[in-house]
Amino acid sequence: MAPKLPPTYPLEHSATTAAGSQAPTHHAPPRGLLRWLLTTNHKEIGSLYLIFSLIMFFIGGIFALVIRAELFQPGLQLVNPEFFNQMTTMHGLIMVFAAVMPAFTGLANWMIPLQIGAPDMALPRLNNFSFWLLPVAFTLLLSTLFMPGGGPNFGWTFYAPLSTTYAPPSTTFFILALHIAGISSILGAINIIATILNMRAPGMRMMDMPLFVWTWLITAFLLIAVMPVLAGVITMMLMDINFGTSFFSAAGGGDPVLFQHLFWFFGHPEVYIMILPAFGIVSVIIPTFARKPLFGYPSMVYATASIALLSFMVWAHHMFVVGLPLAAELFFMYSTMLIAVPTGVKIFNWITTLFRGSISFESPMLFSLAFVVLFTIGGFSGLMLAISPADFQYHDTYFVVAHFHYVLVPGAVFAIMAAVYYWLPKWTGHYPNERLAQWHFWLSVIGVNLTFFPMHFSGLAGMPRRIPDYALQFADFNMLSSLGAFLFGFSQLLFVLGVVLCVRGGKKAPAQAWEGAWDLEWTVPSPAPLHTFETPPVFKRPTP
Amino acid sequence: MSGGTYYVPATSRWPILGSVALGIMMFGIGMQLVYDASSIIMLVGLVGILSVMGFWFRDVVRESRGGLYDTQMDRSFRWGMGWFIFSEAMFFAAFFGALFYIRTFAVPWLGGEGEKGISALLWPDFVPQWPLMNPPDEAVVGPRGIFSPWQLPLVNTLILVTSSITLTVAHEALKEGHRKICRNWLTGTVLLGLCFILIQGLEYYEAYAHYGITLEAGIFGATFFILTGFHGVHVIVGTIILTVMLVRVHQGHFAKENHFAFEAASWYWHFVDVVWIGLFIFVYVI
Repeated sequence: MAPKLPPTYPLEHSATTAAGSQAPTHHAPPRGLLRWLLTTNHKEIGSLYLIFSLIMFFIGGIFALVIRAELFQPGLQLVNPEFFNQMTTMHGLIMVFAAVMPAFTGLANWMIPLQIGAPDMALPRLNNFSFWLLPVAFTLLLSTLFMPGGGPNFGWTFYAPLSTTYAPPSTTFFILALHIAGISSILGAINIIATILNMRAPGMRMMDMPLFVWTWLITAFLLIAVMPVLAGVITMMLMDINFGTSFFSAAGGGDPVLFQHLFWFFGHPEVYIMILPAFGIVSVIIPTFARKPLFGYPSMVYATASIALLSFMVWAHHMFVVGLPLAAELFFMYSTMLIAVPTGVKIFNWITTLFRGSISFESPMLFSLAFVVLFTIGGFSGLMLAISPADFQYHDTYFVVAHFHYVLVPGAVFAIMAAVYYWLPKWTGHYPNERLAQWHFWLSVIGVNLTFFPMHFSGLAGMPRRIPDYALQFADFNMLSSLGAFLFGFSQLLFVLGVVLCVRGGKKAPAQAWEGAWDLEWTVPSPAPLHTFETPPVFKRPTP
Repeated sequence: MSGGTYYVPATSRWPILGSVALGIMMFGIGMQLVYDASSIIMLVGLVGILSVMGFWFRDVVRESRGGLYDTQMDRSFRWGMGWFIFSEAMFFAAFFGALFYIRTFAVPWLGGEGEKGISALLWPDFVPQWPLMNPPDEAVVGPRGIFSPWQLPLVNTLILVTSSITLTVAHEALKEGHRKICRNWLTGTVLLGLCFILIQGLEYYEAYAHYGITLEAGIFGATFFILTGFHGVHVIVGTIILTVMLVRVHQGHFAKENHFAFEAASWYWHFVDVVWIGLFIFVYVI
């Protein structure tokens, strides 16, 4: 029998098809709440990601302030140790998985199609799915705080057996929530990678892409490579807790150290997932406000790729004191130090871009410059921690807390804020209030350093992390840290105010909102219309 | 590179419904595991997810057959499926990595090997071996025996390898336009998949009934079931996908040169096959 074949693959839209009702891409979006629930538009989904991330940033921030309030003075004042542990755990989980990562994904959603001249993301419905999984996941995660026995209390790294044998009953819900968030990350990353590889405007080669696109391409690869490993390890936890397996229990022949290996095989690339897009943002903003092309574009690309590859072979530097064989201590020490090379390439390229530039200091530039300086401090303390014998002293002290907060707060978070101030004119059609932004910047810089710089000293003096009480000699440093934390936390209200005011009005921005900005997004009007580049633009290589 | 007619679908209700259904299912699983609640919440979520997938794929099939997709869209699907399979590979890599770590380091160290040898102090009488029949602690009862790889596992290996070949024949036939041949060989592939599932079920029964290989039987049971279990789930999903493809071939879908759904299903099936080869070697034979 001859089956009836479908019409052969026409290239033009057809309104007379089975899917005809869905064919037109231009009909007015549904109004009200439904519009946001059902949207497939990369700009709307990008906004959803950013708003979600901002809300979670404040929730995670409140948890941090509970921690700092308790640590303001030695002794137990405000919360009991059990709740304190839940706060450190939830603060970490929310900031990593619900604030920083979705913020970068939101920026990717908004800007990657605009920067490569694509009409939308490659798989728009999947994009919507990736976003709406997040509120579901984090509602479930936050609900564990109200469950009998309390929420997760074993730190964001959830080491077994603390997270298996000795864990509260809500841990199973924590695992399931993390599974949903992981699915969201993987699907989002697949979408981004397909968009970048397949949707570039005609004429745009890979080496023509703005650095933000490059860093996200590599980040997406990291996400797809390691989020499934996280899914694997939390599944093993789920089995150990609920089905009597012995993956992380030596009694049955398993090994709790196995948990750490698997977790950090995910966890170390994960920290680069949170910093590579920040590198991309800074690499886009600094040339704009120095009014010079980025110095060493190809070396920036290769450095990013090197960092990503190295990130797969350094994981055990988080485990120097767990009892590794000497060969492993040495291997992971040297491989970790190797990362300083490509990272140094980046720092020097940014500085060289500034060299003899015609620099102006608008808020995006201020945040980017602070990023370069303060991230470098975090990088150097990372080098100190990489020295295995020295790490025996630093391990699990506030020095580690100082290190990773320097790379994550004035690193990743400052880059996100720089990006928001940089692209707000494109999103809203208005410039943000510069005066307000500068206040926000300076209060944030002071707050961040006041919070985290003293932690280096309390850590080197031996103050352990994740405890609600401490010895008297750490009192001064902790009081400074707490003051700084509240200053930083409340300064972020200025950020919200600035964004809200900018959405509602302000100085009108032209298509090219910044004098030195040359990427494709500045060729579309400000605010960017709902649909852009439906006919792909012809990409012209900028001539230096 | 863009051809200028990239299809951006209008709003869709499936993603949000899918998210909510997944949330309900996860919540239901948690309630059942932690509080022994009935499985009804989980089942509601599961049915929700399956329905959403059905409707979502129906929309995609309609759009594709309506000719809304150009070659650029085809490439998006290819990249999407390719990277999805890569993520699946990394998922299995975590379990294989755990198996290698346990066998190479953890179990020998428990027996006192290695320069640290600290964990050997916990159970001084423990003698390391693999498969681990004698978990260190008396509280954990090890397996009584293990399968020979050259019986059911070998049969299953032959079945899966054969199914990969039959699927390739079906695919080649589709490309040549021999739809009836395609249908027959695809039917064969689905039947082989069902055989595999059946035999794996039989093996699990034997594991529990005769060999004492259980989830609670120490690290051998744990690694055995997590690797073969997730592989088995993938075979079941793959068989369902191939069955859908069979129905679509029957209904006259797929052109000679444009049938990515079929191709993606075939990629997935070959991937599952490759994982089994790894399993057969490292879980059963060595």
